[in-house]
Amino acid sequence: MKTLIWAIPLFPLAGFAINGLLYLLTHRTKGEAGHGHEAVDGHGEAHAVPPAAGSHDTVHGHAAHVEIPYKAVHTAVGVGSVAIACLLAFSAIFDVGLSAFAHGASHLETLYTWIPLGLNQSVSQVPGIAGEWTVQAAFRLDSLSALMLAFVTFVGFLIHVYSAGYMGHEEGYGRYFAYLNLFMFAMLVLVLGANFLMLFVGWEGVGLCSYLLIGYYYEKKFAADAGKKAFVVNRIGDFGFILGIFGVFSLFGTLDFQKVFSTAAANPTAYAPYMTLVCLLLFVGAVGKSAQFPLYVWLPDAMAGPTPVSALIHAATMVTAGVYMVARCNVFFRLAPDAMVVVAVVGAFTAFFAATIGLVQNDIKKVLAYSTVSQLGYMFLACGVGAFSEGMFHVTTHAFFKACLFLGAGSVIHALSGEQDIRRMGGLARKIPTTYRTFLIASLTIAGVPFLAGFFSKDAIKAAVFHAEFASFPWLPKLLYAVALFTAGMTAFYMFRLVSLTFWGKFRGTPEEESQIHESPRSMTVPLMVLAFLSIVSGYVGVPILEHGDRIGEFLSPIRLEIAGAPERHHHPPLSAELALMGAAVAVAAIGIYLAWAWYSKGEGRTPERLAAAYPGVYKTLSNKYWVDEAYETVFVRGLALGGGNFLWEVDATVIDLIPNGAAAVTKAASWVASFFDQYVVDGLVNGVADSLQAFYGLLRRSQTGRVQNYALVMGGGVFAVVAVYLLFR
Amino acid sequence: MTITINHYLIVSLLLFAVGFFGVLVRRNFLTVLMSIELMLNAVNLNFIAFSRRLSDLTGQVFSVFVITIAAGEAAIGLALTISLFRQRKTLNVEEADTMRG
Repeated sequence: MKTLIWAIPLFPLAGFAINGLLYLLTHRTKGEAGHGHEAVDGHGEAHAVPPAAGSHDTVHGHAAHVEIPYKAVHTAVGVGSVAIACLLAFSAIFDVGLSAFAHGASHLETLYTWIPLGLNQSVSQVPGIAGEWTVQAAFRLDSLSALMLAFVTFVGFLIHVYSAGYMGHEEGYGRYFAYLNLFMFAMLVLVLGANFLMLFVGWEGVGLCSYLLIGYYYEKKFAADAGKKAFVVNRIGDFGFILGIFGVFSLFGTLDFQKVFSTAAANPTAYAPYMTLVCLLLFVGAVGKSAQFPLYVWLPDAMAGPTPVSALIHAATMVTAGVYMVARCNVFFRLAPDAMVVVAVVGAFTAFFAATIGLVQNDIKKVLAYSTVSQLGYMFLACGVGAFSEGMFHVTTHAFFKACLFLGAGSVIHALSGEQDIRRMGGLARKIPTTYRTFLIASLTIAGVPFLAGFFSKDAIKAAVFHAEFASFPWLPKLLYAVALFTAGMTAFYMFRLVSLTFWGKFRGTPEEESQIHESPRSMTVPLMVLAFLSIVSGYVGVPILEHGDRIGEFLSPIRLEIAGAPERHHHPPLSAELALMGAAVAVAAIGIYLAWAWYSKGEGRTPERLAAAYPGVYKTLSNKYWVDEAYETVFVRGLALGGGNFLWEVDATVIDLIPNGAAAVTKAASWVASFFDQYVVDGLVNGVADSLQAFYGLLRRSQTGRVQNYALVMGGGVFAVVAVYLLFR
Repeated sequence: MTITINHYLIVSLLLFAVGFFGVLVRRNFLTVLMSIELMLNAVNLNFIAFSRRLSDLTGQVFSVFVITIAAGEAAIGLALTISLFRQRKTLNVEEADTMRG
């Protein structure tokens, strides 16, 4: 089965082709279909929903009674192709064998030589792989890609199933599944690619699908704008990433992961000087894709897309691609300690920064979006202190519990026919019990409650940060640990603020809205239950305090190549220290949960109101997200793009003010010259070109008489001329 | 006087020239069609003359093909004539210049 890994991405690609073509052939545009603008809820009862429904991102629950042509085919192809990919993925993984992966087994499947560049030995000044200079279209299954493959296909499959229920009333059902299948294809290429270029192809592919799916409701301006924003911000990151790839290629003469990393690990002194730059460039790509500060701004806006998309792309899979890439390049990063410091600091800062914004958001999806940014920061923090397997561990558990949270949020939104503002929710625990239970489990997991998955993965990261050593900044690990610990408390707080406001207390909407609340269909609740179950158990693959408990670390150990001459340090801190760190984490989580419960559920939000009134500056800063979007708008959008012209105008005005008469006269003369020039030279040129063209085509036009006999004459003359030339000059 | 291939070729050339001239100068669409028939038959004569000279039947086979095609061409040409006359009430080819630039 492992020789079939090339087929894993192929099935979603085929699904994309079938769904896309079918949709193109069958869909009607809105105007032709004649659907009115009156919004009706998704379950047949025609009751009007206010257009904005009090929320900015409300897009779900509109347009019922839509005949979706070939809906069953779209569902079968869309879900089925991913199901087959998932089965193939797991059979390939078990074909190699889990213990074999842990001992370094991998499988390379080369399809063809993609870019044969031939020999070139003169470029590299450092020991490279001379004489290769080719890029293969190849897939590699090793322990890291196996881990990613497993949860990407499985979570992807669950979210496809969920989407069949959630998107069931959308006119663009086929388009949605086509995009989602294309995303799965790109993500699988990204995960399975055996070299940087294959990774990059998948990387750009998922970026494209992210853009398409964020802008899925393209008729709404905010959705189309959010899609563009995501695309543009990601381009900034990708620019750095591709520069990093160029760097790798010029250093090593190949892009193949195994060759590049084994060469770098074997010659650390030769490569180390170049690695800081290469790593920082690669990290710029990761910052863009994984929404780290300062390029995180697109992810909260990406919530304009359908909620299953937020779960799959903007929480579980695509945004973790940056962490995957950094973990994949761990050899490079370990050779560049300065770059590691940057990664750790950016990660910790992003985790803290996004968590503070998450404290005061009122949109259920925005809270989860900032939580995702914050958790991604945790993962980069882990990578930055050299704990790559712990980072990947958190990627995996995060995929389960964050997908569960987002899908639960989707279920809440579905139940409330499109409401996303948590101030208008409350008391939903009794109305939608399945959603409530799964959401609560996932919230407990992310908050770090003991013996759930998030507890183990976050604790592993915090322990690694605590024991980390930075040669140039010996005080940094303890500071990072404090930040991570404090952030964990904030995480617990904002998650239980969300749970309190959404599920506990009394319903705060109108009675009419209350009567409409309904539990979601089974196609949505079953994936929730599966993900909640995985949120509970998936942590047991990495229990560090037990003997051989860190199974995920062992599983991923072959990725961490030994660097020649640098003895690997194996930290085995005393059990008491581990337990003390765990105790601190549990205490912080408990404080966060208690405060959220006491303030928002028991105290019904009076304390936060008093705090917001007492510290208006802090509250305003947080609820306006530190004005980062506004700053970017001013500096980059207006400042550079629009402001370029304004700036010149300002300079002009200032100069005129300073030297009134002279400058005015000069300007006047210049403008007279300019107008003269414009009138006679520019216009003359333009008109002259037009006139001469007109004269020329007037001549040509005359030859087109439309009379057959003229054409026959010219043809006969031509034949005569050709034969004459042939006879005379042969 | 023996009749050599040159005689055939000269007749064929004259026939072709008459046909081509007719195509170029006649205004009646029907006459133009007949001139085309003349050209085709000039070519047939050429084929047959060379076929006999070279003792190769291919030329005769070709001329049979040409005759077949000529029949088809005549049918289409007459259909066009009728169609043209219905549209324009005239068969003057100089007036059929809708494609003028």
